[in-house]
Amino acid sequence: MPNPTSDSAPHDGYDLAVIGAGCAGLAGAAAASELGLSVALLDMARQTGGQFYRRPAPELRVERPQALHHDWSVFTGLRRRVAASGVTRLTGHHVWSVTREDDGGGNVEWVVHAATGADGGDERPVRVRARAILLATGSYERHLPFPGWTLPGVVGAGGAQAMLKSGLVLPGRRVFVAGSGPLLLAVASSLAAAGARIPAVVEASGYLGYSRRPGVLAANPLKLGEAVTHGAALLRHRVRLSTRSAVTAAHGTDRVAAVTVSRLDRDWRPVPGSEHRIACDALAVGFGLAPQIELATALDCATRRAVDGTTALVLDGLQRTSVPGIWAAGETGGIGGAHVARVEGELAGIGVAAQLSGRGALVRTGRVRTLRRRRDRMRAFADVMAAAHAPGPGWTRWLTDDTDVCRCEEVTAADIREAVTDLGARDARSVKLLTRAGMGWCQGRMCGAAVTCLAASGGESVPPSAERRPFAVPITLAALSSPESPADADAPSTAPPDPAVTDD
Amino acid sequence: MARTPAELAAARPGPPFEITVDGRPVTALPGQSLAAALWAAGILAWRTTRIGGRPRGAFCGIGQCYDCLATVNGRPNRRACLLPARAGDVVTTQEGHGRAEPDV
Repeated sequence: MPNPTSDSAPHDGYDLAVIGAGCAGLAGAAAASELGLSVALLDMARQTGGQFYRRPAPELRVERPQALHHDWSVFTGLRRRVAASGVTRLTGHHVWSVTREDDGGGNVEWVVHAATGADGGDERPVRVRARAILLATGSYERHLPFPGWTLPGVVGAGGAQAMLKSGLVLPGRRVFVAGSGPLLLAVASSLAAAGARIPAVVEASGYLGYSRRPGVLAANPLKLGEAVTHGAALLRHRVRLSTRSAVTAAHGTDRVAAVTVSRLDRDWRPVPGSEHRIACDALAVGFGLAPQIELATALDCATRRAVDGTTALVLDGLQRTSVPGIWAAGETGGIGGAHVARVEGELAGIGVAAQLSGRGALVRTGRVRTLRRRRDRMRAFADVMAAAHAPGPGWTRWLTDDTDVCRCEEVTAADIREAVTDLGARDARSVKLLTRAGMGWCQGRMCGAAVTCLAASGGESVPPSAERRPFAVPITLAALSSPESPADADAPSTAPPDPAVTDD
Repeated sequence: MARTPAELAAARPGPPFEITVDGRPVTALPGQSLAAALWAAGILAWRTTRIGGRPRGAFCGIGQCYDCLATVNGRPNRRACLLPARAGDVVTTQEGHGRAEPDV
């Protein structure tokens, strides 16, 4: 693809660097590239697709990848567009920071810093320069702790699905699926299709929340279709759906052997006497998703509190963040799912092209109006969904004093309650300073939601600030201290061997 | 109805190979992550925690939680859910912070 903008604005990098090669990133990269921009697409995984279209490694030679996915043809379409365009795919790149460089003459350039390797451990840092950034970093699973949730065999619901999609493995044969949110239905149906026995999907909310906004439901028939598909799959596999219930404890010594399922009241308080202990050899659990926005918050992009209590980026009608030059799409702007991610990626790609090339007409087309309408309609549905499954305040009742809340630093519920009641902590940051909760390897990704909630339990509290992490992923000192290799189009000889050749 | 994930996806992987986990041979398929190979072998834990010495394995499955850290070929703190298994890999249960031989 020719690069018409590079003549008018000399730079030693790309027009656009897209971070994240899931639905939003692929669509954004394709759209921008088709409009003439030079685009680099970075992702930590070896293959594109993100979490939704995560797939087995080529060496597993899977003949029916679509059996693990919904809407597979949508993905193959996106891949074809990216492959046909001039997008440089930099897979196996773990982005740990984005920095701004200003030449003093008003020209701003963004530098994306990444570490290469399957787990980022190759200690060979790479930098990619670009005039604009599209953050399409997706989300990770939100977790709420309960006694026994650190036992081996208790795995994330999304994690179980990710391991199934990429490695064709199951955590056990008899797997409970529990937590809250529509992902549970998808996880249960794929685990069951792959041979696991699923005694029940245990959903902490009800589904009545959806009925409060019939107009929004009627405008999103696709979502209704998805629900019917999952429901039929669960029926076929004889999976029971227990609503207003939760796994309030996992039992076992070296691995999970049983769970306690309790009925919940409307506020997610366990109903005394309702507990049932049931045998299993794995539990896949998750309470929805949380936007992954640390690159954006490190750049001072404005955030908002989403309906489900998560922190998401503030975006305008063209997917721009509050920081000029930084766009975002998909889950970074609030959990919405694969369809909305694709639409927003497309919009962002067009928006970046319009801005960088000065062709404002690009965003005044019927196509853009249609995309925006679809986005707004799907975002409205996502809000209904988020509200229906948002954690109720009573979940903290299922914690015992010795329940680990922070998995990395092994900080218990009693430690956190002491920090709140005796030491006066009123927000997650103070709790972290007093207890080390959130200070370990995962930097609070697993315990952040729970700690924030526990810290607020004293009544009116300061809303938690968006997480700030100086590095979006841990990085070795060796990688930090070694000279960086540019991965620019101008310096292909020093660019890493492009693992993307295995991608398509 | 498919009975295994490999049947569901109609996988035709190349020949399996061996890795060792705490001295015990474990079979892996080409393309699988170390964590996937361990799950396939029924092994769910390959780390003990720094404070309580409690067993841990893969939790998030996507490289976010760092619960699946393992010592791989003498190098600690590798994320087993992201690292592809390679023939002859030596995985040892990582205790606490993990210790590596001095790199001199």
